[in-house]
Amino acid sequence: MTNQEGDHYISYLDQQGKYRGLLSWLLSTDHKRIGLMYFYVIATFFFIAVSLGLLMRTELIAPGETIMSPQTYNGLFTVHGIIMIFIIVIPGLSVVFGNFFLPILIGAKDVAFPRLNLFSFYLFLLGAIMAVLSQFLGDGPPDTGWSFYVPYSVESSTNVIFALTAAFILGFSSILTGINFIVTIHRMRAPGMTFMRMPLFPWSIYATAWIQVLATPIIGITLLMVIAERLFGIGFFDPALGGDPILFQHLFWIYSHPAVYIMILPAMGVVTEIFPTFSQKPVFGYTAIAISSLTIAFIGYFVWGHHMFTSGTSYFSRLFFSLLTFLVAVPSAIKVFNWVATMYGGSIDLKPPLLYAVGFIFLFMIGGLTGLIQGALATNIQVHDTAFVVAHFHYIIFGGMGFAAFAGIHYWYPKMFGKMYNIRFANIAWVVIFTGFNLFYFPQLVIGMQGMPRRYFDYLPQFKTGQVISTIGSYILVTGLLMMLINLLATRKKGKTAPANPWKGVTLEWQIPSPPPLENFDVIPEIKRRPYFFGESKNDK
Amino acid sequence: MSDHAVHSEHYDREAGKLGMWIFLFTELFLFGGLFLVYAVFRATYSADFHEAASELNTFIGTLNTVFLLTSSMTVAMSITAIQKNNRILAFMLILITLLLAGLFMVDKYIEWSHEFAYKVYPGSEVLKNMPRGELLFFGLYFMMTGLHALHVFIGMILLTINLVKVKKGIIHRDNYLLLENSGLYWHLVDLIWIFLFPLLYLVS
Repeated sequence: MTNQEGDHYISYLDQQGKYRGLLSWLLSTDHKRIGLMYFYVIATFFFIAVSLGLLMRTELIAPGETIMSPQTYNGLFTVHGIIMIFIIVIPGLSVVFGNFFLPILIGAKDVAFPRLNLFSFYLFLLGAIMAVLSQFLGDGPPDTGWSFYVPYSVESSTNVIFALTAAFILGFSSILTGINFIVTIHRMRAPGMTFMRMPLFPWSIYATAWIQVLATPIIGITLLMVIAERLFGIGFFDPALGGDPILFQHLFWIYSHPAVYIMILPAMGVVTEIFPTFSQKPVFGYTAIAISSLTIAFIGYFVWGHHMFTSGTSYFSRLFFSLLTFLVAVPSAIKVFNWVATMYGGSIDLKPPLLYAVGFIFLFMIGGLTGLIQGALATNIQVHDTAFVVAHFHYIIFGGMGFAAFAGIHYWYPKMFGKMYNIRFANIAWVVIFTGFNLFYFPQLVIGMQGMPRRYFDYLPQFKTGQVISTIGSYILVTGLLMMLINLLATRKKGKTAPANPWKGVTLEWQIPSPPPLENFDVIPEIKRRPYFFGESKNDK
Repeated sequence: MSDHAVHSEHYDREAGKLGMWIFLFTELFLFGGLFLVYAVFRATYSADFHEAASELNTFIGTLNTVFLLTSSMTVAMSITAIQKNNRILAFMLILITLLLAGLFMVDKYIEWSHEFAYKVYPGSEVLKNMPRGELLFFGLYFMMTGLHALHVFIGMILLTINLVKVKKGIIHRDNYLLLENSGLYWHLVDLIWIFLFPLLYLVS
């Protein structure tokens, strides 16, 4: 297909269907519009949860009560966690970029079930609103932490049921999206696009969708059990009634560990699209990257016990889960080596998307390696439930998934909106975000190792230096985030018009106009070779 | 492409079936969580489970099994009838399925109200004074059969929609994906009951 720049066409942004104005968005079954609606909702909630985080950091700037009571602090970290985990990072990349780009990357006009797609969006919205309302309705904000551990989540007098129901609904939405993507990938690839000719972002979405489908029902039933426990006093998890709290931890992590792979796999997929484009070189080890996504999804299912090393599980099971935890690091490392090898010898163009992608590798490495410290049985005892865990988690989720999301936004923004942001300003924002991020979280690794517990609103004087640096870092980080946001918002309408292919990418999305027309392709392309083919050179097969 | 082009929707029967099968897997996993909890507590409190199960009414359980198994057969037959373009027969068979489902629910109602009359319900004083294993057994019993009954109810709504659509001729020989998927869903409801029945009623 040729570049249609200058030709007359109507983009999905201007298209008027059965309805006009706002309704043409709210009732649209177009995957791109749904993707954008998710994007706006998620971005809004992201800034809500960031503000909550900022309040917590401000509280921690000095020991003792600074700006809020301990109970408020408990509510804040719970809702920060619930919003960030269940509304932003679990669905995040897969509903925004998966919806928008999965069909385009595989040469389809839409997902397999467009109406179901819209339905999942509204379920998502309902769950998201309920999660926020749980802050204000009933007997005060839930204070259990996002993990809802029993017995406290059964005993707490706060509004836990509302939060549990919100998480259940969000899970249901996640399942429906997963089903949609699996069927889309199986049934709607363009002619000639075999699985091994599929770009790697769809591969990662495919692996993610399977985890969504196979793991989410477990958390669904677990949350229902906790709700039943609170409402009727059934006693599954209450030792006084014969139940077993450890059973809850098992059930919870059977889902929630695979869930971190639901978060990170699409992130890996996004950066895998970025490295070849900005190195102008085919991705190194296509097969290894594709298969490692599936391997991560598979092994990731069997490592949940590493969250419970101090819960009194048997020595043998701890050994087993520790071994598997080390094994699951292997396919992740394979990907990292492949990304670096993709850049090696390429003609590197250090634009904002690549900056974020390189930042992703750096932060993800720190997150991954600190994860192994916790995966080892002996060191786990030292760092369990400390700020070290918090720092590790944020390095993986924010440094990994968050940076990949920013990379994806800067990579696909011109395609999604047909406008180009200010590249220089975006680079500066990246420097601020990257600096702020490390200032924020690195001290947490240190004071965590020294024994600062997580989820405490107060601390001993010796942790003061670390906490203050962290708080300053968090302010810098948020400044950077705002700079990024302003850059994107300001250029959304007034920016320079972006060409169809600003980065000289070779995957299918760059071969249609920016922004794409309603049905993506006038003629469904026929795929004759593997993706990432940058013309003849000695690197091509 | 015109300015008012309505976004065309893709129709693919295979995709519809694939999606339904994956959805059914998620349903199995949903109940799977409960079966797991059942397994753990049964291992811990096997004597109590034995004792508590003997208090359930096996006759009602058996009757319900017969109802559901028969209804699974009639829903399968209705799909065959549609394939053979016999809409009236298909209509009748879906109606029979619905009636059997209704009988199942009536039966369930009688069973539960009988138990409630003896103050056996989650959180009741009678239950709390029972041995721990029996309490957990009844907790599981109400949770599992309750969730299952909810699925029966959803299945009945689906079947009613099918009934109307067959009547109106929207579902016919060349377009019966909805009926087929509802049939699959109904078989799942049946399948789960086939595990619930021995685990709850026959372990005594």
